[in-house]
Amino acid sequence: MKVAIGVNGRQVEAEVEDRLLLVHFVREVAGLTATNIGCDTTSCGACTVLLDGESVKSCTVLAAQADGCEVTTCEGLTGSDGRWHAVQRGFHAEHGVQCGFCTPGMIMAAVSLLAENPDPTEAQVRAGLEGNICRCTGYHNIVRAVLAAARDGRLPGGGSPAGAADPAEEPA
Amino acid sequence: MSIMGTRVLRTEDPRLLTHGGVYTDDLRVPELTGAAHVTIVRSPLAHGLITGIDASAAAAMPGVVAVLTAADLPAPAEGGDPAAEPLLAGDRVRYVGEPVALVLTEGRYQGEDAAELVSVDYDPLPAVPTLGEAMTGETLLFPGTDSNVLGSGTAGECDDAAFAACEVVIERTIVNQRLAPVPLEVRALAAAWTGDRLTIWSSTQNPQLARGAVARRLGMDQAAVRVITPDVGGGFGAKVAVDRDAIAVAWAAKHTGHAVRWIESRSENMVGMVHGRGQRQTYKVGGTRDGRVLAYRLDLVQDCGAFDRIGVFLAGLTALMAAGVYDFAHAGASFRAVATTTTPIAAYRGAGRPEAAAAIERAMDDFAAEIGMDPAEVRRINVVAPDKFPFTTRTGATYDSGEYAAGLDRVLAAADYPALRAEQARRRERGDVVQLGIGMSVYVEITAGDMGGETARVVVGDTGAATVFTGSSAHGQGHHTAWAMLVQDELGIPMDQITVVHGDTDIIPEAIGTFGSRSLQLGGTAVVRAAGEVKDQARRLAAEMIEASEADLELDTARGTWQVRGDPATALGWGQIARRAGPGGLAADARFDASAPTFPFGAHLSVVEVDTETGKATLARHVTVDDAGRILNPVLAEGQRHGGIAQGVAQALLEEVRYDADGNPLTSTLVDYAAITAPELPSFELVTSETPTSINPLGAKGIGEAGTIGSTPAVLNAVIDAVSHLGVRHIDMPATPERVWAAINEARASQ
Amino acid sequence: MIPAPFTYRRARTVEEAVDLAAEAGDEGKFLAGGHSLLPLMKLRFAVPEVLIDIGRLAELSYIRDEDGHIAVGALTRHHDLEHSALLAAELPLLARAAGAVGDPQVRHRGTIGGSLVHADAASDLPAVGLALDATLVARGPSGSREIAMTDFFRGLFETALEPGELLTEIRIRRPAERGWSFQKFTKRAIDWAIVGVAVQGGRVALVNMDSVPARAGGVERALAAGDGPAAAAAHAAEGTSPVSDINASAAYREHLARVLTARALAEAASRN
Repeated sequence: MKVAIGVNGRQVEAEVEDRLLLVHFVREVAGLTATNIGCDTTSCGACTVLLDGESVKSCTVLAAQADGCEVTTCEGLTGSDGRWHAVQRGFHAEHGVQCGFCTPGMIMAAVSLLAENPDPTEAQVRAGLEGNICRCTGYHNIVRAVLAAARDGRLPGGGSPAGAADPAEEPA
Repeated sequence: MSIMGTRVLRTEDPRLLTHGGVYTDDLRVPELTGAAHVTIVRSPLAHGLITGIDASAAAAMPGVVAVLTAADLPAPAEGGDPAAEPLLAGDRVRYVGEPVALVLTEGRYQGEDAAELVSVDYDPLPAVPTLGEAMTGETLLFPGTDSNVLGSGTAGECDDAAFAACEVVIERTIVNQRLAPVPLEVRALAAAWTGDRLTIWSSTQNPQLARGAVARRLGMDQAAVRVITPDVGGGFGAKVAVDRDAIAVAWAAKHTGHAVRWIESRSENMVGMVHGRGQRQTYKVGGTRDGRVLAYRLDLVQDCGAFDRIGVFLAGLTALMAAGVYDFAHAGASFRAVATTTTPIAAYRGAGRPEAAAAIERAMDDFAAEIGMDPAEVRRINVVAPDKFPFTTRTGATYDSGEYAAGLDRVLAAADYPALRAEQARRRERGDVVQLGIGMSVYVEITAGDMGGETARVVVGDTGAATVFTGSSAHGQGHHTAWAMLVQDELGIPMDQITVVHGDTDIIPEAIGTFGSRSLQLGGTAVVRAAGEVKDQARRLAAEMIEASEADLELDTARGTWQVRGDPATALGWGQIARRAGPGGLAADARFDASAPTFPFGAHLSVVEVDTETGKATLARHVTVDDAGRILNPVLAEGQRHGGIAQGVAQALLEEVRYDADGNPLTSTLVDYAAITAPELPSFELVTSETPTSINPLGAKGIGEAGTIGSTPAVLNAVIDAVSHLGVRHIDMPATPERVWAAINEARASQ
Repeated sequence: MIPAPFTYRRARTVEEAVDLAAEAGDEGKFLAGGHSLLPLMKLRFAVPEVLIDIGRLAELSYIRDEDGHIAVGALTRHHDLEHSALLAAELPLLARAAGAVGDPQVRHRGTIGGSLVHADAASDLPAVGLALDATLVARGPSGSREIAMTDFFRGLFETALEPGELLTEIRIRRPAERGWSFQKFTKRAIDWAIVGVAVQGGRVALVNMDSVPARAGGVERALAAGDGPAAAAAHAAEGTSPVSDINASAAYREHLARVLTARALAEAASRN
C-alpha cells in the first residue's frame, strides 16, 4: 500500500508492505537511524518518536496507521539554525548519555513529557519515563537532564538568555 | 591548571544527541548494499537429539537466498573436546535458543517468515535445568564424559577444625540468581567480502579478540579478517569478543560469498545472549560473641549453562575474592562448575566479584544478627586495617591499597546512620505497616585482572592536531573524552584538536579491548606512555630547531608550545615540530602491561521501606563510596557508579532469569524479565573517595563494575533488616514482594 | 518481532467499519490503538489476515455529559481519559485507572474500547467498567444494541460481542455513592497488575484474580450487610481462581486481594 508520512517536516511517500512498522518506515524508508529498536514487546521505549506531537512507541504503530500524519524524531529536534533543543542541551550538560542507544527515544519521551507538564517534579519525571529503559545511566543523570531542560524553559530554536552558551557552539 | 580530575563534558555527545550513534544495524556502507538478512532458527527444546532438518519449504520461499545448517559447516576435527561448543547444533541441542540453522533472505521481514518454514525434528531428552539435577549425573549433557561437572577448585583453606574453636557458628545456603545482561542494543553483526578479506562489523567490546575468534573458528588467517566496531549500545561483559551466533553469521558470509547482516530480536537475545551470575552458595562463618570472625568458608556451585564459556573461570574468581575486605584468621572457598541445559553463563557486570561480595556481606550481617551486634561495628572489627597494604588474603588475592573502615564510616556519616536507626526504632515501636530497613556492604573488587595489557598510538600531524589510536573499545564509557583529557594534559594540545580512534583491526591490530574495568588504568596509561614518547621526540626536534639543548627546553602545556625556558620568543607550536618530523608527523606506539591487578573498594548504605502487608520493598536512599583511586573525570566516574548501582539494585529486588522444570525459559521478554526502570530508583548519593594505587602512573583503578558489586548486598541486607524484628533472618534474591511476605509469614509461624 | 503478513483496510466511517468486518469474517480484526493487538501480532500469537483500522474514527472519541450519564466514545484514548476535567469531577475512578495503564506512550495510543474488547482480566479498565456498572453500546450489521457490563465478559479473552460488531460507546451513570479507589499492585510501575481492585461505592471489581474480569461478590454482599472495610475485605478472594505464574502464586494473589480491597474500601470511605 502507499503511504505518505511527514517526517521531521519532510514528506516521505512510499509503497510499503501493509505490515511495515512505523519504526522501520522511519529507519529504512525515511533513512533516519537515530530511532532504535531495543525489544519486541513494546517495553523499552528506544523507538519513541512523536506522532502528531505526542510520544508513541513506533514499533507498535503501523506505517499505515501513521499515513498522513507528522512524525518527529530526534534528528528533527535541532533547529534549522543548528541550535539544540533544551532537552538535548540538558542531556549533554548533565551527562545523561552513555552508550547512546536509548537516548533518541528517551529524548523524545522527555520532549513529550515536558510539553504536557512543563514544570515536573523529580517523581513526575521518573513516572513520565517509566516506558523507557536505560541500562547504562541508572537514570540519575537522565532525570537531572530533564529537570534542567524544564528549568531551561526555552522553546526549540528560540533566543538564548544573555551569557548562556550553547554546547553546540562551545569548544570541546 | 591541569585538566586532570576536572569535570569535562563528553565529546561523544553531539553526535549521539542529534543524528544518533551508528550501531551495527544502522550501517549503510556500500559493502553491505544488497546484503542478505540472516535469521537464526533456534531450538525450542532444552535438550534433545536433532533427527532431521527439512529446509525445503523455506528454501522455496521467494526471497530466500540460502538455508544453512551444521551439515554445511566443515566437519569438526577428530578427537576434539566432547564439551566443545559448535557454531550450529549438529546432532544435539542443549538449551532453548541454541542456534540450529541460518536463513538468509533478501528482505528483512522475510526472515521470520522463512524461519517459520524450516522444519526441525527433535527427539526430546530429559531436561537438566537445575544444579541439583545436573549434579546427580543421571542425564549427561556430553556423551563421553562421566559427569556434568565442568571444573572445580579451591582457594585458601578453612576446615572444620577452624570452626571448632568458634563460640558462634552459622551456616546458610543462599542463591545468587541468574541474570540477563539486557544491553539495550541486542547482538548484531554484518560481514562482507572485500577482495579476499572478510570484513566484519560487530557489536563487540573487543574487536581484536573478535577477529582472533572468527579467524580461529573459520580456519582463516587473522590477516584475512578485519573487524570494525561501530557504536555499541551497551555490553556489560556480555559482548566480550564474539559468540557462536555471531561467528556463525560471519561463516555464512564466508560460505556463501554473500554479504550478510544480522540483528537478533530481544526475545532471541534473552535466551541466546549469555546470562550472568547463577551460583548456589553455602557460607559458614564462625567467631566470637564480641564480634571477631575467626573463620569463613564459602562453598559454591556455579551454573555454567550448557557450555563452559567462562563458568569455571567465574567460579574461580568468586573463590579468589571470597574473603572480601576482611582479615580473617581462616578463610577458604571451593567451587564446582556444572553444566545445565540452559543458556550459557559468562561475564555480566562484575563477573564473579558480585557473587563473592554478596555472600560475604550477607554472612557478616547474618553473624551480626546472631550475636546481636550492629552490623557496622562487626565490619569495623574485621576489615583489613589501613596499614596492612599491600594485603594478601587467605584466598590468594593481593590487594594494593584500601581504606575499608574509613569508607564505611564516610557512608554512615553521609547517611546519618544514627538518625536512620532512630527512625527505624520509632516505626518498630509503633508497629507501622511500613517499616524501615538499613543495609550496608563493604566491598573490594579486582579490576584489570586479565593481565593482558593495552596498546595505544599517538600521532601529531602537521596542523598540530593529535590523533589517539586506542586498543580500548568504549561502549558508553566516554573514553574519547577521557583519552583526549590525558593527551591535553601530557602535550598541551587542546581537546578540540584531539581525535580518538578505536575499533578497527586494520588501524589498531593489537589490543585487548574493554571489560573488567581495565580501560583507564591500562588503555589510559598506554595513551600517556605513547604521548610521553611523542613528547620526547618533540623535545629532540625542538632542540634542533631552536638550537638549544634539550635540558633548557620546556613544554608549556597551557599554550601547547615548546620553548627555551623563560624565553617565549623561541616558542614553537606542535604543528611546526610535526612538519619538521617529516611525513607522518610525530608518532609513537606504546604498550602498558601492569604488574598486577588493582583493587577498588567502597561501602554502600541502602535505606528501604518495606510494606509489611504486601512485602513490597521500595528503595528510598542509596549512599555510596566507590573508591577507584585517582579520578580522571568525575562526570564519567559518577555515570559509571550510577549505572552500576542501578543494575545491582535490580539484582537485589527485581531481576531473575527463570526456567520451568522442562528447561523452558519463563522470562524471555522484557515484560516478564523485570529490567529496572526509573520509577523504582531514587537519585543516588555519591561520596567522593580517592585512594590511589601505585600499580600504574595514573594512580587509577577501575570504576565500571564497583557500583554493581557494592549495591546488591547493601540493598538485600536492608530489606532483611526491615523485617528482622519480625524474626526474618534471610531472604533470597530477588527480594520480590512475595518473597518478603513469605519470609514474614514463615518467621511468624515459627515463633 | 515482525507480524505475519496481513491485508490492511482503513474504515472512514462506523458503517464502513462494520461492512469491512462483515466482509472479512473470521479473518478480520479491528485495529484501534493497536496496543493490545499489535504486540500479540508481533510475537505471532495472533495472525489475523485482515486488519480493519478504526483508529481514524474521530466520531468515536469523546467524553460527554449526557442526560444522567457520562458517555465515553470507545476510541477515546487513555491519555484523554486521564486528563479529562469532566471525568476528574464525575468519574475519577476511570480517570485514575486510565492514567495507570502502561506508560505515557501507550496511553497516547491505547483506547478504552480496545481494552474492554480485548477482555484481558489482567487489564485495569475491565475491572473499572464493572465497578462503574457501565453499559456498552455496540454496532453491528443489524444495528445498535446495548450490553450491560455484567453481561459483557464471557470467558478468557471472550466478550458478548458478535462477530463483526464494533463497540462504539461506554455509558456510565453518575455514581450514587461518590467514594472510589483504585489500587494496582505491581513490582514495577509499568507492569501489569499482579492484583488490582477498583471500588465505586458498594461495587468492587478485581483485576487479575480470574480468567474473566469479575466483581468481588463476597465483598459486595458483606458491605451491603453493613460490614466495615476490613471485615468486608476478608471476603475478597472468595469465588476467585487466580493463577500462579512467574509474578505471583495464587495464595499470594489471594492475600493481596484482601489487603488491597481493605485499603481501597478505606480510601473510598474517606472520599464519601
